[in-house]
Amino acid sequence: MQVLINGKKVEMPKGSRMSDIKGDYDIFVRNGFGVESSTELFNGDNIIAVRKGEMPSKDNLTQMIFARNGEKATDKLKNACVCICGLGGLGSNIAAMLVRLGVGKLILVDFDIVDPTNLNRQNYFVKDIGSLKTIATERILKEINPYVELELKNVYVNDDNVMQVICGADIIVEAFDNPVCKAQLVNNILSKTDKYIVASSGMAGYASSNNIKTSNKLSRLFVCGDSESEAKENMSLMSPRVNICAGHQANMVLRLLLGIKEC
Amino acid sequence: MIKINGEVKNLDNCNLLEYIKANGYKLEVIAVELNGNIIKKSDFANITLKDGDSVEIVSFVGGG
Repeated sequence: MQVLINGKKVEMPKGSRMSDIKGDYDIFVRNGFGVESSTELFNGDNIIAVRKGEMPSKDNLTQMIFARNGEKATDKLKNACVCICGLGGLGSNIAAMLVRLGVGKLILVDFDIVDPTNLNRQNYFVKDIGSLKTIATERILKEINPYVELELKNVYVNDDNVMQVICGADIIVEAFDNPVCKAQLVNNILSKTDKYIVASSGMAGYASSNNIKTSNKLSRLFVCGDSESEAKENMSLMSPRVNICAGHQANMVLRLLLGIKEC
Repeated sequence: MIKINGEVKNLDNCNLLEYIKANGYKLEVIAVELNGNIIKKSDFANITLKDGDSVEIVSFVGGG
């Protein structure tokens, strides 16, 4: 019988187990799911085999990172381009999730630099203070997957530059802080393009996690959040709910990229 | 019968801009669809809602 091991076709005798694969591997992922070394192989299996703690060859690294996504999702995601507008609490975390998913290309948009008050919820580190958020995010994303394609745009998005900013993206993520900027981007995308936009509204404070939802508000607009928890004095943006909202947005992007157009 | 955000409203010859203002929406933080089409803010004043229309108004709050 024939199986696929780390992308290569290999003939194995019927009844073989994972431990019979040559190469002293420790970790086996079959069709997107981790299995024991004693698991029997079947004809047509797609196996990623990993030696724990060893840096794989460049060719195999990308395959191994995305082994657990399953083959079907991986192929669609690697050809996708997502534009993330705003790299704060939402955008910096969404970017990391999309790279972990294997989205092939991201357009990263932010005009600002990292400051100490960002560290309570944004995906940055002390050493990033003073760096442009686009540059800091690029460094972090390349550490997750060195082969992700990134386009950095250090701009404040407005009516005049929005089409240039999002050029080439399949899906737009609205991850701004300012509600006027949120509405402006949504209006621009819906009126000037035929693309989907995944936006956010209401994730400050520590009200129930379960109030944060994804809703299909307008024909090509999904909004994640509880729609009322506005960031203000005594209602600050805190890591858990901001991350929950970012997770909602990243999952909606994933669903759209896989062809599911409902939340 | 006019539907606004899924609710049936008793409105007659209602101007879209007037409805939005009268119901406490802030123009700069909303996006509005009429019968599935996005409406530019500059057109709100020119639209009179008629029987069978469906309006969706999304309002954004700050934070991200």
